[in-house]
Amino acid sequence: MARLIRTEKEVEGRYEEVWIVVDEDALDRWPAGPLTTVGQRVPRVDGLARARGQALFTADLQLPGMLHTAVLRSPYARARVISIDLEPARSAFGVRAVIGPADLDQLTDEPGYVGHAVAAVAADTFGQAQAAAERIVVEWDVLEPLLDADEAVRQESFVSDVANYERGDFERGLGGADVVVEAEYRTQVVVHNSLETHQAVCHWEDDGITIYISTQYIWGIRASMADHLGLPPDKVRVICHAMGGGFGAKNSPGDYTPIAAELAKRTARPVRCALTRREENVAAGNRNATIQRLTAAATTDGTLVALGGDFVNAVGYSGWSATTEGPMKMLYACDNVRTTQYPAKLNLPPMAAFRAPGFVEGTFGLECLLDELAVKLGIDPLELRRMNYADSDRTDDRPFSSKNLAECYRRAEPHWAKRDEVRARSRGPWKHGIGLASQIWYGGGGPPSYAWIRVGSDGRAQVVTAMQDIGTGTRTAMAQIAAEELGIPLDHVQVSLGDSARGPFASISAGSSTVPSMGPAVRSAAADAKRQIIEIAAQRFHLEERVLDLRDGQIVSTDGGSWPLTEVTGLLESGQILGQGARGPNPAGMQVLTFGVQVAEVAVDVETGEVRVDKIVAIHDVGRVINALGAESQVEGGIIQGIGHTLSEERIDDPATGSILSRTLDAYRMPTIADVPEIVSELVDIPDEHLTNLGSKGLGEPPIIPVAAAIANAIRDATGAEIRSLPITREEMLRALREAEAREKERRGAAAAV
Amino acid sequence: MGRSLAQVLRDDLGFTGTKVACGEGHCGACTVQLDGVPTLSCITLVHTVGDREVTTIEGLRDHRLIHAFVRTDAVQCGFCTPGQVVSAAALVAANPSPSKDEIQHAMSGNLCRCGTYPKIEEAIRTWQD
Repeated sequence: MARLIRTEKEVEGRYEEVWIVVDEDALDRWPAGPLTTVGQRVPRVDGLARARGQALFTADLQLPGMLHTAVLRSPYARARVISIDLEPARSAFGVRAVIGPADLDQLTDEPGYVGHAVAAVAADTFGQAQAAAERIVVEWDVLEPLLDADEAVRQESFVSDVANYERGDFERGLGGADVVVEAEYRTQVVVHNSLETHQAVCHWEDDGITIYISTQYIWGIRASMADHLGLPPDKVRVICHAMGGGFGAKNSPGDYTPIAAELAKRTARPVRCALTRREENVAAGNRNATIQRLTAAATTDGTLVALGGDFVNAVGYSGWSATTEGPMKMLYACDNVRTTQYPAKLNLPPMAAFRAPGFVEGTFGLECLLDELAVKLGIDPLELRRMNYADSDRTDDRPFSSKNLAECYRRAEPHWAKRDEVRARSRGPWKHGIGLASQIWYGGGGPPSYAWIRVGSDGRAQVVTAMQDIGTGTRTAMAQIAAEELGIPLDHVQVSLGDSARGPFASISAGSSTVPSMGPAVRSAAADAKRQIIEIAAQRFHLEERVLDLRDGQIVSTDGGSWPLTEVTGLLESGQILGQGARGPNPAGMQVLTFGVQVAEVAVDVETGEVRVDKIVAIHDVGRVINALGAESQVEGGIIQGIGHTLSEERIDDPATGSILSRTLDAYRMPTIADVPEIVSELVDIPDEHLTNLGSKGLGEPPIIPVAAAIANAIRDATGAEIRSLPITREEMLRALREAEAREKERRGAAAAV
Repeated sequence: MGRSLAQVLRDDLGFTGTKVACGEGHCGACTVQLDGVPTLSCITLVHTVGDREVTTIEGLRDHRLIHAFVRTDAVQCGFCTPGQVVSAAALVAANPSPSKDEIQHAMSGNLCRCGTYPKIEEAIRTWQD
């Protein structure tokens, strides 16, 4: 029965109270561990098409008569358009339409960041559009930009309210402490740089619009573009068959989709608006910089008695302020926690969610601070974490639906126990060390999400749902779940996705939610089809339904009888069995979270400041694993991106003008194959017994979260140097080494004086 | 203005397996082979190709490397993958059993943002299996 509930919906740590109509989730849970298809190592079902270059990306779409767009973007971080002359562009060769600030809300005459869209040109070729855009004449009134996050806090320039939190009494906790550590940590701006840039092709047909778009949220695009265009949502068809990476930046239509829609309307032609790589580095979102001023206090027995922090999120011109303070509030059982988060509004490009927004940054600060505390206490860092283990969610005293972080710690022990061995590898200037960091994050997904399934007379199944596979392998996971429930081979299941006109509503692919949101709906649809097949079989073979089951492509009965599935489905001829399924509710009154720990081995050249990561062991608890191979790939990918964030990636801004200096893939340094250490990944694979018919949580984000802190803690172990800012450039490494040396000298001096 | 080889392949000939991800020779997604040599088609002007043979991903679709990439899960979003396969095919043609260092050297011009690198290395090490 459909049930109306009032519930809290979480995406990437943001909560809202919503009404949701949910269907009951009445299926029995599968046993733990690998099953016939689910839990196995399965190559992706669309791997061949992608490897052969046959998968259809938005970038590959070529529609007859399609025009191309160039966007004129502000060269100034803060300015006013005094006058703008679009005519020179209109008269340029190949140009079909030109629009400016008067024509569309997404085009501005008061840009607030370098890269803010001002005007757009549609022409027969992209080159023509670019050449025409350069002919637009703008007279600017250039204004003083606000670029410094601390200054923004002083001026109270915020994108949203300052967020204050306190539990217990922070000051009293601090007063009762034996050891207190304080430190300021900084994280840099990093850019998603998906290899397929943000782009859309818009095409008006009849009285509606078709939008081909590289997106993480087909239904979000449909809703927001319908709203923008004033159309009933069903007049907006959104298609995304394959997409070339998102990492959080492709959740919304951006400026490029409304621009393409407007130009397509004016020209009555399909119009592509695709960001160039240089635009991608400026105007497509980023993980914003943070400043974290943190305090941790403990008694000599290792009990955390106070945690506190001021967190400045340098959000940029717009966007939302991620919960950088989240890990400090949630990871440990500390009674006295006080945090303040300042969402600084600046004349810099807006943030966009980026793989565990806030928690990547906040975990770097918290987990480094915890190790600094461990050193002062003389307590083993792993032990200190165990001593302060949270058995329930301390922010609102809810039980966890499941938490196996202790098991992760147990499995980390043999790797952690190699500390002396690793340190003993130090030779000459190369000092070796080992460090660890924990991970906490969301990833439970939630309703609504729906799937349909159809089984034909040939016994093959087609899963139909308008979700997207953003490259994480969710298409394969859905095929596995359907195959498992129907008891048929994986290659008898096809998954049709990526088109809002062909299938029901499906979840956003963000917040590690696709598998935990969509998977249970697919299983439920498959179970519905299976029930019908068994009903028909029972009539055909004159047996009771309860004695029948589907297994290995057969209908089997408890008395040993077995018939090929097609013996029943074959009766359908052109008929089909149609199953439908919905994602049930999340467990009431429980907090659904993911956990993990990573252990890093590094080597530091103390003469040059070079840092080399030798190995990372990642152990995560995300409930049931659907595809052991695909999961391993997610873990490796997250870690590699995390290594980039830690060692090399940084958007470079001009502190005087707010211009972005790193706009190319040689200036913005992402990891290459030569930067990859040995990676060992292990998933606990214990189904969450309270969460859905699968017990699965998401895995896209958890692996990137602890990487930076684990590396920084290994650096401390190797050298005694305290890393305080990302990325760990040679300058930062040498600064930390000099500081450690000075500290050591002072300590020796103090000891000698006594 | 001259046109790039990538533009001609993708826009004129419809060989969209060759991807353009940066358009300025920094990422390797557009890699094709010219007489077997990995070449960045986005910064190669088409008139400079001359009589050299162009091999794109479409010409390598039955290469055993393709199956090795799929088997080892060296494919996530798949946007860089064709370029990776084209580079790898040139490597194994010259050196069927490359070492880890040789793989890293030959493949470090092909960026992958999803981080499939460990699997790419495995695919190239085991492509003949």
